[in-house]
Amino acid sequence: MVPLWMYLMVAASLFCIGVYGVLARRNAIAILMGIELMLNAVNINLVAFWRYQTPLALSGQAFAAFVFVVAAAEAAVGLALIINIYRRRQTVIAEDVDLLKW
Amino acid sequence: MFEVPNLADYNIMATLPVMVLALSTCILLLVDLFIPTERKHLTALLAAIALGVTLVLAVLPLFDLVEYGDGPLAFEGTFVADEFSNMVNAAVLITALLGVMVAPNYLERSALQRGEYYSLLLLTTVGVMFMGAAGDLVVVFISLELLSIPLYILSGFRRGSAASEESAMKYFLLGAFSSSFLVYGIALIYGATGTTNLQAIWQTIDALAGQETSARYLLMAGGSMVLVGLGFKVAAVPFHMWTPDVYQGAPTSVVAYMSVAAKIGGFAGLLRVLVAGMPNFVLDGAEVAAWQDTVWILAALTMILGNIIAIVQSDLKRLLAYSSIAHAGYILIALAAGGRAGYGDDAARAALIYLMAYVFTNFGAFAVVIAVEGNDPTHTGLGRVRGLGKTHPMLALAMTVFMLSLVGIPLTAGFIGKWFVFQVAVAAGLTPLAIIGVITSLISAFYYLRVVWLMYFEEGEGEASMPRTLAWAIGISALGTLLFGVLPYLLSDMAREVSLAFGGG
Repeated sequence: MVPLWMYLMVAASLFCIGVYGVLARRNAIAILMGIELMLNAVNINLVAFWRYQTPLALSGQAFAAFVFVVAAAEAAVGLALIINIYRRRQTVIAEDVDLLKW
Repeated sequence: MFEVPNLADYNIMATLPVMVLALSTCILLLVDLFIPTERKHLTALLAAIALGVTLVLAVLPLFDLVEYGDGPLAFEGTFVADEFSNMVNAAVLITALLGVMVAPNYLERSALQRGEYYSLLLLTTVGVMFMGAAGDLVVVFISLELLSIPLYILSGFRRGSAASEESAMKYFLLGAFSSSFLVYGIALIYGATGTTNLQAIWQTIDALAGQETSARYLLMAGGSMVLVGLGFKVAAVPFHMWTPDVYQGAPTSVVAYMSVAAKIGGFAGLLRVLVAGMPNFVLDGAEVAAWQDTVWILAALTMILGNIIAIVQSDLKRLLAYSSIAHAGYILIALAAGGRAGYGDDAARAALIYLMAYVFTNFGAFAVVIAVEGNDPTHTGLGRVRGLGKTHPMLALAMTVFMLSLVGIPLTAGFIGKWFVFQVAVAAGLTPLAIIGVITSLISAFYYLRVVWLMYFEEGEGEASMPRTLAWAIGISALGTLLFGVLPYLLSDMAREVSLAFGGG
């Protein structure tokens, strides 16, 4: 069987790719996609830990389902906010949205 | 293979206050559809009634007048209705009530009368209440989202205003980013201990103590990522970048509520996870929890940076934003003190007392901003308070009380909060941190008292609009600030039975 650490490595790499996406991309939609990658990395982790550590208790799998739901809710609200910005400024580039600064 | 639990085993009655509020929020959302736009104050009234009923239900067990259900644990230990959660409930419900009081008039004059405002505000309140009662990491995550997502929407509630939309987008992107850190950390803690229940986590860590296992590395990484996720929510440096921008751009009535409610929720989560769940996670030979040093540094940075940057601010809302960052630092002191075995309960009490004092003080200060900003949301420069002492003496007096309380002058609630926090810090051996706290409080006097100076000793128009509900909210906040300052035992009696640590002490 594939050892646990391999799953954890995949999840960690996916999480790092997501973080890179959030930090390096300028498009708000792409940033949102980076966040989704991070949440999916969490799901891989949760399901892998569930399968290898506590296969009899369902908590890991149930948690993964919760993460899906929350990711969907966040995406719905986030896209609505981004569309709102786009209607007004015709841009979704995060750096161009710079009215508030100290 | 899996046992189906009996409904009676869930002990649903223990969750009564939060369930009442959650249900009435759903009903309110439906009822609001049938209320015409020009009568939206009816929605506000209904929201206030729901909050009032819940507040009464939540306060009764705080004074040991009733007990709901069968013991504190509900839903197989995922929900803990103890004194800690009662106190969190009381604090956030008072904030929400004040938040509903200032809203109708503000929304009317900004032409934002939409009933969803109240439903969203109530949803956030439900999220904070669940966070206070979280006995499981899943609940911590879900309630963090439940309290954040409505706040993202509320920050962007002034549709058509570029600043409000921008603040909502910034808050959302950074908030979602940080909550994925939180949930990754939770997944690692789950991997290390094989459970998401906080009490079971505590027991597992106890059993692991002193052993050289890979679980400790998972716990270390997991704990720090949880700290990142919740540190963002409470605006601790270096996760504070969003705070001034969001506070400046969002509608002021929203900021007044969220600056307090999000802080209560975030700290309730931090206390539950770190002080209740992982206080015994000790690296070899150390006397204190492994996360204490990190919290120490965060607290020091937050107090120093928050207070120093606040000095150069020229906008009232940005000034109060940096002030709220600084106050997160003071509560982090209490959290750090909870890292020493035996001080968990005292730390939780100090943090709750500080938060309770902060509810009235900070809400009041933002309510005064609502009064002076007039019809133009960009009119929040410091100069707006010039001459307020002559034109609106009562308002200026209330603002003076709030400013003195934020500094921590005796006879105000802010002093009591700081007193308890510094006391537990010194007792737990964190004297340097308490000293940093005292010095930064002195620095903070500079910018808080400048506001008072501007109100009384400089000439200006001193315009302010004070509808009746807003005046009431400011009055209640000022009264609360003074009452808890003069009679501190009211607060300490309330918090006396708070017990968070599983191992006792």
